[in-house]
Amino acid sequence: MTPDIPPIERAERGNPAAETPLSPLNAGVGSGWGLFEVFVRGKRGLNHVHVGSLHAADAEMALHSARDLYTRRNEGVSIWVVPATAITASSPQEKDPFFAPSGDKIYRHPTFYAIPDNVPHL
Amino acid sequence: MVASGQARQATGLAGSERSELPEDQERRLSVAFEATIAGDSRIEPRDWMPKRYRATLIRQIAQHAHSEIIGMQPEGAWIRRAPTLRRKAILLAKVQDEAGHGLYLYAAAETLGVDRAELTEKLITGKQKYSSIFNYPTLSFADVGVIGWLVDGAAICNQIPLCRCSYGPYARAMIRICKEESFHQRQGYELLLAMMGGTEAQQAMVQDAVNRWWWPSLMMFGPPDAESPNTARSMAWRIKRHTNDELRQRFVDMTAPQAAALGVTLPDPQLRWNPDRQAHDYGTPNWAELTQLIAGADPHNTQRLPHRQAAHHNGTWVREAATAHAAKHPGSAP
Repeated sequence: MTPDIPPIERAERGNPAAETPLSPLNAGVGSGWGLFEVFVRGKRGLNHVHVGSLHAADAEMALHSARDLYTRRNEGVSIWVVPATAITASSPQEKDPFFAPSGDKIYRHPTFYAIPDNVPHL
Repeated sequence: MVASGQARQATGLAGSERSELPEDQERRLSVAFEATIAGDSRIEPRDWMPKRYRATLIRQIAQHAHSEIIGMQPEGAWIRRAPTLRRKAILLAKVQDEAGHGLYLYAAAETLGVDRAELTEKLITGKQKYSSIFNYPTLSFADVGVIGWLVDGAAICNQIPLCRCSYGPYARAMIRICKEESFHQRQGYELLLAMMGGTEAQQAMVQDAVNRWWWPSLMMFGPPDAESPNTARSMAWRIKRHTNDELRQRFVDMTAPQAAALGVTLPDPQLRWNPDRQAHDYGTPNWAELTQLIAGADPHNTQRLPHRQAAHHNGTWVREAATAHAAKHPGSAP
């Protein structure tokens, strides 16, 4: 259950409402409203998991839209909406060096240690 | 190392910025991309991808999203005329699902660097297409059932392999969609079973609707493989997993016994089980008719778009009011 790394390239567009005049063709279909990433807790005891994104004028509207869009069939008991601009992500280009510190530490895994078969409960 | 400014700069927006990468770096990224595809892993939004892969996905996902949005109209036309409250509630839920499917898909397309506003504009100005199946009229309430059974059934056939598409966000959207489509197909079949248990006139309505929708449903799978030049490329990229003809055959084989159980005749005199192939033989759809539809010769092509334009226009004040409300309560908008 690894949540997606939210697509940050969208976040850099921010909220261009200020400079984009509303017209019947663009009003509220993305150019005027910010992007929110949506996380849903499927049931008590589970983590919130990223399920997708949506555009909304503000956080409250984003929550209502997220409910209508992502939980029409009781898929969740709790929703987080997060402005996409608020998310910081690691870069895929740096994948190897960034995750390298854990790559060579196989002794962190229990299977690294050989235990005789006749030793119970280990 | 993970400063967001740097990360964003490093990811860029679209393929155009990538072309300025040094040639050796691009070659290295291309090898990594091909290895991910070959390993049957998924490409994620911030990965490097060939420009044509990105463009193919944007076109396909946008057309798919537009089809879901326009697809609300043929059945939406029957919400107010549904014969019972139960059927009305079901139809409302189904049409609401279609809107949801359109939105999941627009969200997936946006991860490729396009904006939903841009896609909406391209739909309502006719610059991007939606599936021609939604240009056919829904003449009776039996059409609602047949759309669920055949049109959504064909869509499921097409879409189940897309749940394993190489592009992660598209595949994940398709998983949600396929789960919901199953309700769409079953409610349609159940509706038809009820009508087939009714009067002769009701049975005749079902048969008439089947006669009109069968061939268009077969054409939803796209042109025959020999005339589908992009199939090979899409299959190599694992966007598509099966050819058009393979999926069409699968649909025919699944549907024939369902038609028999329902007591309707599929309007194809060549349709019969072929024990040698362990599959049904079937006739050739009238592709010229589809070409005409795509060219916009059908009158419904000229109804669906104005309806969508009007809906968008009529919603303007709501969007403006929400924007104004958000501006009065700063801090909650991103």
